[in-house]
Amino acid sequence: MSPTNKRIGADAVAEKGWLGAHKWLILRRISQFTILALFLAGPWFGQWIVKGNLAYSYTLDFLPLTDPYVALQSLATGHLPETLGLIGVAIVLVFYLLVGGRVYCSWVCPINIVTDAAGWLRDRLGIKGGAHLGRNTRYWILAMTFVGSALTGVVLWELINPVSMLHRGLIFGMGTAWMIVLAIFLFDLFVTSRGWCGRLCPVGAFYSLIGRWSPVRVSAPARAACNDCMDCFEVCPEPHVIRPALKGEAKGVGPVILAANCTNCGRCIDVCSKDVFTYTLRFNNSPTTVKQTTPDMTV
Amino acid sequence: MKANTPKNGAARRQFFLDSAKMVCGVGMLGLGLGLYAKQSKALPALALRPPGALPEEDFLGACIRCGMCVRDCPYNTLELAKPEQPVATGTPFFNSRNIPCEMCEDIPCIKACPTKALDHSLTDINKAKMGIAVLIDHETCLNFLGLRCDVCYRVCPVIDKAITLDLQPNTRTGRHALFLPTVHSEHCTGCGKCEKSCVLEEAAIRVLPPKLAQGSLGKHYRLGWDEQKKAGGSLIDESKMLDLPDRLPDGAVLPGHYDPASGHTESARGLPGSEAGVIPSFPPGLGGKP
Repeated sequence: MSPTNKRIGADAVAEKGWLGAHKWLILRRISQFTILALFLAGPWFGQWIVKGNLAYSYTLDFLPLTDPYVALQSLATGHLPETLGLIGVAIVLVFYLLVGGRVYCSWVCPINIVTDAAGWLRDRLGIKGGAHLGRNTRYWILAMTFVGSALTGVVLWELINPVSMLHRGLIFGMGTAWMIVLAIFLFDLFVTSRGWCGRLCPVGAFYSLIGRWSPVRVSAPARAACNDCMDCFEVCPEPHVIRPALKGEAKGVGPVILAANCTNCGRCIDVCSKDVFTYTLRFNNSPTTVKQTTPDMTV
Repeated sequence: MKANTPKNGAARRQFFLDSAKMVCGVGMLGLGLGLYAKQSKALPALALRPPGALPEEDFLGACIRCGMCVRDCPYNTLELAKPEQPVATGTPFFNSRNIPCEMCEDIPCIKACPTKALDHSLTDINKAKMGIAVLIDHETCLNFLGLRCDVCYRVCPVIDKAITLDLQPNTRTGRHALFLPTVHSEHCTGCGKCEKSCVLEEAAIRVLPPKLAQGSLGKHYRLGWDEQKKAGGSLIDESKMLDLPDRLPDGAVLPGHYDPASGHTESARGLPGSEAGVIPSFPPGLGGKP
């Protein structure tokens, strides 16, 4: 929270109005709930637009979409999908290669709503500190799921994946999956800030890797206008991605946030009263000075 | 090349420590998950996989838990396992006592599967092997009690092949027949309609995984009569066959017994074809030679 103890984004609300300071958040929620609604229209209202779930879905008997992470674990056990499944993998890979891998996390994943809620409440209740977990833990877990899948012959992460449990639960019947979701919420609230999505979830880690070189990025072209209110750092689920771009002018680093962990959620754009941030392509990254460096992926 | 300064040493030390921490911590998680994965391979006996499902070890690697088979099943037979159920989370199964498989001819569940978890080469539903029906309780089955329930036999989609009624004398009344439902594994698909429709409080006939339902002969076993049929005759030189006389205690008589030494058959006391001196049937291997 800012030293003046103001709410995150209070300046932006004062400057741009509530709607202006929540534009991308609202669009993101619309995206998440629309996708969920498309999946639920079938089982709840008999309108079959999308069948399946996030692991694999078939839209309008025409568009197959397969989660490449699940398919890759299955491949590690020695099994290849059928043709439609493979086409689905290709479509999803190409899409996230273009728009940014972790767009999945912030615009699609249903757990994001849960962890965002926990983050919001954590801030509201002023809960500080907690257990330390490295932000690269997720890459280790990601590697473990592939090795484990190969060793056990079971699609390993799907045994406990809270993302698919919640999504599948909503569509096919929840059972006790709500307990897992609640556990994630409480973990993020009390144990570690942004603990699940930012440190542990191998799905997010996988999509980080996919989006490593994706062209669609958040950038800070107006970084000269930054008044150091710290709101963007406070609101960002992966705050380490901002600094190189926002504060890199002196070091000759361009304004584009190139870190793979950035989820392209656009909250920094929302909460900045000075309109420092915007969506752009990674190529619009000429620093005011010459030299260009690539920021570390996992820090 | 960097000089081996104390600062470098400390950084290297920190790197190894951090890596060790990760390997151990994540390794623990992996170990737990791996053991859970082993457990999840133990499919409970009453949970049946959709038609064409690979053997369980392969199925859990191939199935991506999308639920497309569940969606395209017109009878809502299939469900995806919830975390608290003793089936690997998110995988499709059915309990035939609740809703059996209706054996659709076009097998929509297999067509919907985006992986090879359900074998797309299975196009004839009659060749499916979801399990094998077993008449598990001979004490409560109404047909075993001498009644004519016959429901499992009547509802069987492969009637007179997968389930037949085999006649046995009813020794309780001494004048009726028992019509015993008998499952023939080569025709049973494991659809579970028999289990579903069993009129008892708890079904006397149940569909079990083939592994539980079937015995298996030793790999080196050969059935003499099959081999004889295949070869078109006896496999041994019968002229050289030696048949030893049977030794019975002095004065003992075995009803219906054929003694090769004397060529005499004892009276079988009331069994059909039991007139003394007549050989009711040739013992196996003896061909037509008395």
